[in-house]
Amino acid sequence: MSENSKNMTIHLKLWKQDGPKSKGAFVSHTVKDVSPDMSFLELIDVVNSEFIKKDKRPVEFDHDCREGICGTCSMVINGEAHGPQKATTTCQLHMRSFCDGDTITVEPFRAKTFRVVRDLVVDRSSFDRIIQKGGFVSVNTGNAQDANNIPISKPDSDRSFSAAACIGCGACVAACKNASASLFVAAKITHLSLLPQGQLEHRQRALNMVDQMDKEGFGACTNTGACSLACPKEISLDSIALMNREYLKSSVKER
Amino acid sequence: MSKNNYFSSSVGKKQLMGITGLALCGFLFAHVSGNFLLFVGAKEYNMYSHALISNPFLVLAELGLVLFILIHMVQAFVLTRMNKEARPVKYAIKAKGEKATSLVSTYMWQQGVIILVFIALHLWTFKYGEVIYAEYDGVQVRDLFGLVVQVFQSPIYLAGYLLALLVLGLHLSHGFQSTFKTMGFNHPKYEPKLKLMGHSFAAYVALGFMVQPVYIYLFH
Repeated sequence: MSENSKNMTIHLKLWKQDGPKSKGAFVSHTVKDVSPDMSFLELIDVVNSEFIKKDKRPVEFDHDCREGICGTCSMVINGEAHGPQKATTTCQLHMRSFCDGDTITVEPFRAKTFRVVRDLVVDRSSFDRIIQKGGFVSVNTGNAQDANNIPISKPDSDRSFSAAACIGCGACVAACKNASASLFVAAKITHLSLLPQGQLEHRQRALNMVDQMDKEGFGACTNTGACSLACPKEISLDSIALMNREYLKSSVKER
Repeated sequence: MSKNNYFSSSVGKKQLMGITGLALCGFLFAHVSGNFLLFVGAKEYNMYSHALISNPFLVLAELGLVLFILIHMVQAFVLTRMNKEARPVKYAIKAKGEKATSLVSTYMWQQGVIILVFIALHLWTFKYGEVIYAEYDGVQVRDLFGLVVQVFQSPIYLAGYLLALLVLGLHLSHGFQSTFKTMGFNHPKYEPKLKLMGHSFAAYVALGFMVQPVYIYLFH
C-alpha cells in the first residue's frame, strides 16, 4: 500500500537531444492521473504514449530488466542519479516518492565519457573497455571444483560479494562532481582482488584498470562520497581506498 | 604491455597531493603549537622566533615547505582541470536530499585559492613585514610580538584573518582524513576514529590560530 493513494499530477521537464552533436533542451510536459504505485519508468512510458498520440517523437531512455539488477536505466532526477531514494535504481523508484503537483527535472547522466546518444540514453561503453583491462579472472575450464575446495575467509567473501553487487550503471560517475569512475573501478578491483581466484592478474589489474579509466577521460576522486550515496547497490567508499592501495602497491612492485 | 606511469595517473596525482598536504599539516601543527608562546609573554615569543630565524637549517625547512606547497598546488591545478573537463555539461539541478554531499569536500580547490592568498598576505605582513627590534639580555632580536600587536589593532584585518583561518580549518577537516583514504588506508574499525582525528586536528589548528589574534586584539 502506498502512503499516498490518490493519483497525482506531475509536471515534467525532460531532456531532449536529437543526437550526440545536437544541442539539447528541456521539454515541459504535464502528466495527469499518475498512480503513486507507478514506477518512474512507467511514468515515462505514459509520457511517450501521449507523445506518440500527438505525433511527437518519444523520449528515448535506457531500460531493460526493470527489476533493479541490470544497471541499464540511467537518469538524473532532480539532480540525483536514479532519483531521491537511496539504494534504488530508477526502475525501482515509484511515484509515491513524489508529491502531487511536483515539478521533476529529468536529465541524462552527464560526463564527457558518457556521450549522449539521444535524449536520456548515454554511451557507457567506456565501462566495458575498463573491464576488458582487468575486470576478469583466469579460470580453469572443465568441471566445476568441489564446494569449499578453495578456502576463502568469511569477511573477505562478504566484502568481495558486496563489491560484486555493482551493476555498472554509472550512477557513481553521474553523481560525482568530477565525473570520476573510481567507485565503479574500485568495486571491480575489490570484488576480484579479495578472492584467491583473482590473484593471477592481481598485480596488473589495478594498474591497467586505473590506466584505462584515466584514458577514457573520467575525473579523479575527491572522496566526497557522492558516488556511494547515489549507488543503487550502496558500494562502500572503502573500496576506493582498496583500489588506491592496490594501485600504490602494484606501482611499487611491478617490474 | 604499456608501462604505467604512477605520477601521470589520477591515483598517483591524488596520492602526491595527499602526502604533501599531510606534510603541510605537520608544519601547521608545529606552527600553531609554537605560537601559543604568545600567551606566555613577549620575551618568550620573541626568543622562540629568534631561535627559529637564527637556525641555519631553517632555509632547508622553508625550501621543503615551498616544494610541498608547489607540488600540492600544481597537482590541484592539474586535477581540477581534469575534473572540470570530465563534465563539460553541467546539471540543471544540484542534488539536495539524502544524496547530497558536504560542501566542504565539494569546494576544496576554491578553499585552496583562499588559503594561498592568505599565505602570501601572511608572509608579506610578518616574515617580510616591518622589522622592529627588541633587546633581551644584550641580544638584539626581531620584536615579532610587537608587530603582531600592531597588526591586529585593525578589526578589519582581524576579521579577514579569522575568515581565512575558518576556510583553512574546513580544508583540513576534509583533507586530513581524505588523505588516508587516498593513500589506501581504510578500515571500518579505525574509520570513525580517523574522522574524529581529522576534525579534531582541523579544529585545533584553526581555533588555535584564531584565539591568538583575538587575544591580542582584546588584551593588548
